[in-house]
Amino acid sequence: MTDFFFARSQMALSLAFHIVFAAIGIGMPLLMAIAEGLYLRRGEAIYLDLAKRWARGTAILFAVGAVSGTVLSFELGLLWPRFMEYAGGIIGMPFSLEGFAFFTEAIFLGIYLYGWDRTPPLMHWISGIIVAGSGMLSGVFVVTVNAWMNAPTGFEVTDGRVTSIDPIAAMLNPASLQQAIHMTLAAYVATGFIVAAVHAFFLLRDRRNVFHRRAFGIALAVAAVGIPFQIVSGDMIARMVAERQPAKFAAMEGHYRTQRGAPLTIGGLPDDAAMTTRYALRIPRGLSLLAHGDPTAPVRGLEDIPRDEWPNTRIVHWAFDLMVGAGFAMLGLAAWGAWLWWRRGLPDDPRFLRALVVAGPLGLIAIEAGWFVTEVGRQPWIIYGVMRTADAVTPMSGLVVPFVTFTAVYVFLSVILVYVLRRQFLETHPNAPGRSGAAPGASRGG
Amino acid sequence: MAVELTLGAAILVALVLYALSGGADYGGGMWDLLALGPRAQRQREAIEHAIGPIWEANHVWLILVIVVLFTGFPTAFAVIMTALHIPMTAILVGIVLRGSAFVFRRYDVRDDAVHRRWSTLFGAASFFTPFLLGLCLGALASGEIRVAGGRVSSGFLAGWTGPFAVACGLFAQGLFAFLAATYLTVDTEGEPDLQEDFRKRALASGLFLAPVAALTFLLARPWAPQIFARLTSWWAPLLLAVTSVCAVGALAALWARRFQWARVAAVGQVTCILVGWGLAQYPHVVAPDLTLTNTATVPSTLYALRSALAVGAVVLFPAFSYLLYVFKRRQTLPPKRGASV
Repeated sequence: MTDFFFARSQMALSLAFHIVFAAIGIGMPLLMAIAEGLYLRRGEAIYLDLAKRWARGTAILFAVGAVSGTVLSFELGLLWPRFMEYAGGIIGMPFSLEGFAFFTEAIFLGIYLYGWDRTPPLMHWISGIIVAGSGMLSGVFVVTVNAWMNAPTGFEVTDGRVTSIDPIAAMLNPASLQQAIHMTLAAYVATGFIVAAVHAFFLLRDRRNVFHRRAFGIALAVAAVGIPFQIVSGDMIARMVAERQPAKFAAMEGHYRTQRGAPLTIGGLPDDAAMTTRYALRIPRGLSLLAHGDPTAPVRGLEDIPRDEWPNTRIVHWAFDLMVGAGFAMLGLAAWGAWLWWRRGLPDDPRFLRALVVAGPLGLIAIEAGWFVTEVGRQPWIIYGVMRTADAVTPMSGLVVPFVTFTAVYVFLSVILVYVLRRQFLETHPNAPGRSGAAPGASRGG
Repeated sequence: MAVELTLGAAILVALVLYALSGGADYGGGMWDLLALGPRAQRQREAIEHAIGPIWEANHVWLILVIVVLFTGFPTAFAVIMTALHIPMTAILVGIVLRGSAFVFRRYDVRDDAVHRRWSTLFGAASFFTPFLLGLCLGALASGEIRVAGGRVSSGFLAGWTGPFAVACGLFAQGLFAFLAATYLTVDTEGEPDLQEDFRKRALASGLFLAPVAALTFLLARPWAPQIFARLTSWWAPLLLAVTSVCAVGALAALWARRFQWARVAAVGQVTCILVGWGLAQYPHVVAPDLTLTNTATVPSTLYALRSALAVGAVVLFPAFSYLLYVFKRRQTLPPKRGASV
């Protein structure tokens, strides 16, 4: 295994780790702001308690997100110095703006987490809204950088040197809007589902617990409202990829042969040598219809792409199917929940609660799978059509050492996090015997 | 040249603010690890109380330094991250462990053994990360990182393994420890015993700083000659004088228990030192091959970045002031946790 392999693995690991915290860091402030807003409007103390309880978990996850995000900003240079040298001037701009958005978020999060007793209630709530808004904005800025790697625009090259740059055009590249919408919705949906699952778990033990009913209601509402829009956004982004990145699109769909009326390929085993996806479920003309809105439209297959510009077809196809499958599973659950809610109020049917507990991680799984699609699907390019990933890597050797180090650190942190959060859930659970005095701890010491 | 200079100055300002805020948070972690005596537990509580609400915002100054560097001066960023790959990676490990240990300790269920483990990790990472930061700044000044044809030609050990860089590392550690202890004397207003603990620590670290500063200065002559030569410019004696006045003033104020004054003087001292480094380094980003001019990207981006920084500053400074207003306007330490002492 080469240094290049370890550089890619370390980057993938760092992104896969960070994205979970980034998504929850965007989603949780929205949930907290809703809960606190309901408290201000209705004056029910339970909503305040809820906002405080959620704030405790958020504080931990946000901190891990902040430090793992710092790792990424350094790793861009540590692992891909040639890329940064080339692209820094073009696409550093949204990163700088992200820096300010993140600054705003960190400042108001400090006020939010520690300022329960030090700020007037309305100002405290506004701080929460600022955290939610700036968190979303920093996510959007970072995503525009990734979008630029897929759709590089806003610069001119003469003799291999970047000679003129329009940083605004680079930021507002053709993929930015679609990717930003898709990722932002993903963060809300994934956070909604995972939080709803945690509270569904406690409701299964005690269905009349008002605290968990309120929490479950808010989280489920955010998830269920978000997921239909996310499916629509997914369709739009796929059409854009079909148009702009035919190799990625063909790999996503396991589609080898250019043809009219192309079938939609679901599952199966992509076989590059035989140029077909074996054992797959095929829906006739489905792919033409989805990609171009016309059942007879031609769809380019991998055969039209030079062999050395193919991404890893299995990873991309499977990750894509996993993401889409998770998306539709969440849509089904949301529809079920909405139906129950409409008929009988908050859906506390044990079967539904159990299904939700099982499905809780689906949003995060879909996010991880989606990033595998977009990142692995862009290979072998780091900047699509402009620079190959292999040409961007650092000359440093022995990259197995930092890879192993970061793997160890992140595994360690993951284990600890699960442990700490589990204790938070169980031991400060409102009905846990003898712990009631320690419950609203976010205000302690603040 | 003007716009490159503005951006270079912005990086230096962000670095100074990082040292004054984030640096003191590292120092807090050091004193957490070194908490001693009958009030050890109370010292830790005061440190946690002081840095809890602000450390994440303080940390963003470092991110700002990085993003402005790679947007405005991408070549310099690529060279720095290549030549200093090893210490930079170690810094990242330190940043991750320190931040995580701090929140785990704060939010995990109170339990002495677990608490101590997180304290140790938090403190250890707070010790070695500033050392490495100093090492990296020293390496940039050393003149040993060489670039040929846009590529690092001096390998992966140049600069940061030399004695000058090591002295810079020690200097950064001492400076941050001194800064933190001085801030904490103000933060513990109203609890004289505790305040006295931090006063002693501030005095001790301030005195430790003097020989380390002298050593760094002496080592600069053979090990960072170009930077040392710049210290003969007209501004150098002036700046040295101001720095010395601040340093002596901070110690005198601590001695006389004028803690507010000590804090002001310590801030002045750290600012002067970093500004002095920046002026001595100018116009180089990485001495001797890379300057602000020859690593800057095209002007359109530089101007856009300058505008973004201006807009960002307008958002940032009121927000930061509000944060400090909320948490630093009146010092009320949390009630003692008692039982766990």
